[in-house]
Amino acid sequence: MTAKLFLAQRVTAAILAFVVVAHLSMIIAAEHAGLTAGAILARTHHNLVLFAFYALFVVAAAIHAPIGLRNVIAEWTGWRGRSLDLAMGAFAVALATLGLRAAFAVYSA
Amino acid sequence: MSESLSGGFVRASRDARPRLILAQAHRRRGFVAALLHRLSGVALAIFLPMHFLALATSLQGANALEAFLVLTRNPFIKAAEWGLVTALALHLALGLRLLAIELLGWRERSAAIVPAAFAAAIAIGVLFLLNAG
Repeated sequence: MTAKLFLAQRVTAAILAFVVVAHLSMIIAAEHAGLTAGAILARTHHNLVLFAFYALFVVAAAIHAPIGLRNVIAEWTGWRGRSLDLAMGAFAVALATLGLRAAFAVYSA
Repeated sequence: MSESLSGGFVRASRDARPRLILAQAHRRRGFVAALLHRLSGVALAIFLPMHFLALATSLQGANALEAFLVLTRNPFIKAAEWGLVTALALHLALGLRLLAIELLGWRERSAAIVPAAFAAAIAIGVLFLLNAG
C-alpha cells in the first residue's frame, strides 16, 4: 500500500470512529422508537445537520472501504496491479454516488 | 563456571517458558482480531451499496421506503441486521485497537484489548436486539 493510501485510510478511520459511534446510537434509538419510513423521514427531512453528517459518513466510507478491500483482495486472492486499482476506484465512485444519493433522498423526501 | 552457566540457562528457560506461552497467546489473539476485522470489513463493504439503494427508495416518497421496510420485518432479515450491526461495532472496536497500536504504540497491551473489543461488539448487538421491534 502506498503512503498516500495508508494515510487516507487511517485519516478516514479516525473520522469514521466518531461517525460510527453516533450512527450506532441512532440505529438503536431508531429501533427503540419503531423503524418506520415516517419516523425516519421525520428526523431527516430538511435536516441540514443530519445531511452534512451522512455526507461526511459517505465520503469517509467511500475512501476507507475500497482501500481496505484492495488490501484484502491483493493478499487473499493475488489480484494486484492497475486492474485492481481501477476496480477499487470504480467501487469508491459507486459508493460515493449511491451514498450521497441516499443522503439526499432522506433529506429531500 | 560451566555449572553456573548451566544453572543460569535452566533458570532462564524456566522464566522464558511463560513468556513464550504469553507471546503465542498474544499472536493468536492478534491473528483472530485481524481476521475478524477484515471479514467484518468485507461484509460491510458488500452491504453498503444495498443499504444506500434501500434508503434511496425514499426518492419515490415515504410510501416507497415504507414498502421496503415492511419487507425487512421478518426474523431472518432482523437476524441479518443484527449481524451487520454487530459487524459494524466489531469493525469499529478492532479498528480503534489498530489505531491505538499504530498511533499510540500500544503493541504490548494490544492483545488484552481484543476480548474487550469482542465484548463491546456483542453488547451493542444485544442492545440492538433488545430495541428491535
